[in-house]
Amino acid sequence: MTTIPTAVEAKSIVKAFGQGAVAIKALDNVSIEIKQGEFFTLLGPSGCGKTTLLRLIAGFDTPTSGKILLNGDDITHLPPNKRPVNTVFQSYALFPHLTVAENIGFGLQMQGRPKAEVTESVARMLALVQLEPMANRKTSQLSGGQQQRVALARALAPTPKVLLLDEPLSALDLKLRKEMQIELKRLQQETGITFVFVTHDQEEALTMSDRIAVMSAGHVQQIGTPRDIYTRPANRFVASFIGETNFLSGQSDGTSVTLANGARLPMSAPQGRVNLTIRPEQLRVVPLGTEGAMPAHVASTVYFGTDTHLHLHLEGGIDIVARQQSPAQGGEAMKEGTPVGVLFAEGALLALED
Amino acid sequence: MANRAFEVARLPGFRTIALTAFVLLYLPIITLVIYSFNAGQSVAVWEGFSLDWYAKAWENEAVKGATYRSLIIAATASAIATTVATMAALGTTRRKAFKGQTAIYVMINQPLMVPEIVTAVALLIFFASIKVATGYTGLWYLIIAHAAFCVPFAYLPIRARLEGMDLTLETAAGDLYASHWQTFRYVTLPLMLPGIIAGAMLAFVISLDDVVITEFVKSGGQDTLPTYMLGQMRRAITPEVNAISTVLLALTVALLTAFFLLTRKNDK
Repeated sequence: MTTIPTAVEAKSIVKAFGQGAVAIKALDNVSIEIKQGEFFTLLGPSGCGKTTLLRLIAGFDTPTSGKILLNGDDITHLPPNKRPVNTVFQSYALFPHLTVAENIGFGLQMQGRPKAEVTESVARMLALVQLEPMANRKTSQLSGGQQQRVALARALAPTPKVLLLDEPLSALDLKLRKEMQIELKRLQQETGITFVFVTHDQEEALTMSDRIAVMSAGHVQQIGTPRDIYTRPANRFVASFIGETNFLSGQSDGTSVTLANGARLPMSAPQGRVNLTIRPEQLRVVPLGTEGAMPAHVASTVYFGTDTHLHLHLEGGIDIVARQQSPAQGGEAMKEGTPVGVLFAEGALLALED
Repeated sequence: MANRAFEVARLPGFRTIALTAFVLLYLPIITLVIYSFNAGQSVAVWEGFSLDWYAKAWENEAVKGATYRSLIIAATASAIATTVATMAALGTTRRKAFKGQTAIYVMINQPLMVPEIVTAVALLIFFASIKVATGYTGLWYLIIAHAAFCVPFAYLPIRARLEGMDLTLETAAGDLYASHWQTFRYVTLPLMLPGIIAGAMLAFVISLDDVVITEFVKSGGQDTLPTYMLGQMRRAITPEVNAISTVLLALTVALLTAFFLLTRKNDK
């Protein structure tokens, strides 16, 4: 891993909007390293600073302090047209007065590449995004998904060092979005270009990314692979933003924690009060009286198709959600008030930093 | 739309009023056009069809001179006005609202609000002193005067066009290696072109049609078509005036139709 060179590096970036006392820090001391050829996602709720960071990498804004490096070169103050970085805009921003082919060739033409090279490159891009028959259409004649592919081809045509994608799939309906997710991943693998992808959709981030930076309120909360972030969230924000989870509190003596219902579970955590989390799918609902199971009763059930969520009441006022695969056809959902036992999967209970 | 509470079209007498309005608007113009083909001397008594008055106007040296002057002034003045209006529109749109924005809009559109006769008198006095100082008596006084009052007519369609333009397009051009100049040349300008053409045509028509300011500012022998026709009215009115008016009307309708088609295309 360490041998892969860095493509983009953000060093202690601060970006403040406004002046003096009313200044708002959209980014507060953010540092990120993105490796070459990586599919890197900036994930967070709206207003977390992810788009601001993308705009700084593109050159549409300059940071209040800190540096942006591209392949080791300082590009902090380079204008966007001097950066070998291209952007896929949320609104696509296709040129309405140009055809599909002219849109795709725009970047190469502005770079002053020879006509033959532009033509050849445009043809290759059209093939890559499977839009050859549309080459001479105006972009307004295309569907949303096709426009999305033109935007991608236009940004990829000048073979940038890094491709920035600003929530590119948010305008598409669910089915098309799933298709484009696969398409994007394929394009990234075929071109080998570093992708920096901005989204607020945690599922999209988990399925597509090599690594994710979870952001909130201008700070990076955690950087890691999708698996890392899901299974070992660094703090309460990451745990709750990515997927669904249960929060519990307990008292730790260093080698075990005691929950409010009196259950003692072996785990190492700093002594004193600890915040704990466990994913709903790591809970096992078993018949009451099973060895080691905590007594509970079903408060309500919510049917999701493949899964059913069981809301459980434990002793000591603990409310917790367990996710179970829905029973096969004819199977009956558990009735409210049914007494059951609950087991935590081994190692699934995590202590969180605050 | 279908269930609007108030629909003018359903009021009693709507058809009658609308029809009367259209008749009042267009009947005089239709009469004027018809009598331009009159064989006789009168603009009120029909004596048979002929194209004599068109031929007469065509051969009239004074009409030729006035037409030539009108076209030169309208072309030059609308070109100047459109250039100024384009720059004004670029400067006043596509940015956050700024202090004094309304004041600037009002100043640019001032010729629409100040009575034309006031502008005419002011220009007359202003140019008179320049004439005395320089001795220049050429067409440029008229061109500058026309350019000045044509600016708002050119400005409004250009501004409307620019306000509907997505600024992200220029950001995208910059992202795709276009310099500021290239962004303007290959993205901004082509996108605002329909607005510029519409503005130029409107300015051209307005200049071609002007009487009041021209009458005040022109020097001797600088009649444009409208002021020539006004002069003719003072003497005997012949269908020659109708013929000239009809040609002017045809030209204006052609330009305004083109203007309409261009601006309608913008909406798509």
